[in-house]
Amino acid sequence: MNIVEVKNLKKSFGKNNVLKDVSFTVKKGETLVILGPSGSGKSTILRCINNLEKIDSGNIIINNNEMIKENKNGKLVYNNKKVLNNMNLDTGMVFQEFNLFPHFTVKENISKALKYVLKKNKNEIENIVNDILKKMDLNEKANSYPCELSGGQKQRVGIARCLALNPKVICMDEPTSSLDPELVGEVLNVIKKLAEEKKTMIIVTHEIKFAREVADRVIFMADGKIIEEGTALEVIQNPKQPRTKQFLKRYIN
Amino acid sequence: MEIEKIFNTVKILFTGLGTSIEIFIITLILSIPLGIFVAVLKNSKNKIISLIIKLYILIIRGTPMMLQIIFVYFAPYYLFKVSYDRFTAIIIAFVINYAAYFSEIFRSGINNISKGQYEASYTLGFNKCQTFLLIVLPQVIKKILPASSNEVISLIKTTSLAQIIGISEMFSLAQKQSSYSFSIFPLIVSAGYYLILVFIISLIFNKCEKKLDYYTM
Repeated sequence: MNIVEVKNLKKSFGKNNVLKDVSFTVKKGETLVILGPSGSGKSTILRCINNLEKIDSGNIIINNNEMIKENKNGKLVYNNKKVLNNMNLDTGMVFQEFNLFPHFTVKENISKALKYVLKKNKNEIENIVNDILKKMDLNEKANSYPCELSGGQKQRVGIARCLALNPKVICMDEPTSSLDPELVGEVLNVIKKLAEEKKTMIIVTHEIKFAREVADRVIFMADGKIIEEGTALEVIQNPKQPRTKQFLKRYIN
Repeated sequence: MEIEKIFNTVKILFTGLGTSIEIFIITLILSIPLGIFVAVLKNSKNKIISLIIKLYILIIRGTPMMLQIIFVYFAPYYLFKVSYDRFTAIIIAFVINYAAYFSEIFRSGINNISKGQYEASYTLGFNKCQTFLLIVLPQVIKKILPASSNEVISLIKTTSLAQIIGISEMFSLAQKQSSYSFSIFPLIVSAGYYLILVFIISLIFNKCEKKLDYYTM
């Protein structure tokens, strides 16, 4: 079953065509890794899926909800608020820059949306938050503020905050790119755990080795287009396209 | 004899102090929420609304407050032959004026919150109102505390302008006492009162800033 379906997605910023007709699907329980050089449009895809950017053309379908209702002579009509809200709840986003709420403790960062968005009761919230803190190994930091955490801990809170809402698909936008090298491992381990639990994920990353370990499928993008798509083995070990080979050579050496 | 005179002056000015503080507190209570509202409106995507707000801020900041007070009190009389309560007029004039200044402070605070905060809030499913109240406003308050303390301190001193339309606030009494007794002393007493008030306000703001020191952005 496809959780995410991206159909002929096009997006430009002014004259800069960032996405030129991108299509792919993500199945339930699958981890999709998107690789590619900077500026190839990887992050923009995630931002479009999360409705943080308006799309120019095409459609995005998440859990059978369509983002675009109709195409009126090339002008896209977005679906109604209710559908978009459902889609929003079905997708989670982990940001490169964490974007934690600095005035909330770790616990509050995770619990506020459970309370105000999902309207869960106190006991439920307590249980969910405690489970997730344990899972993310953040128990001791529950009452700390983001400014008191290391980068790796911050990103684990970012993942925990997203996970708490139990979205159908989690998008991660270069989750380790703003971390010190020695802190990357702890975050990758957490993501690996999620992949083993068969959480549906779309991960944009530059960590090739990690991609190989965690990805069910890999997409290689360049210049706003999908150049190559396949299993991690196919795309990373035996790339067919010269553009992919060129990109990987730089990382593997 | 001298002591009695001093005590008497302090006592007389104290009756005006109540009026000054009343103007101060009512203005604060009304102009801060109005200022937030104006700040949000100025950021509005509706061009007409944001233009009206820009014009309002331009007029308020571009004209003397004394003129504004006189205008608010006398304009209804000259235009429609209706007169109204002086105290109401001074509150209206002060609230309109201070809301404009507070709105600019709030707006700079709101614009200082990173886009990432809004995006994270959106992806977690918070609606716009929740985002503003839960995520943005608490951070804005921390950011603008130093700038607002200046504005609040200026407000307590500006209450002295209320005498233009004949309100007996503390400083007007000091002036009267001074010319009546041919002495500079009442003015010094009024200065003392202002200093004490400003000292208290600064103290409160310092406390608030310390209280919000538990996190950095």
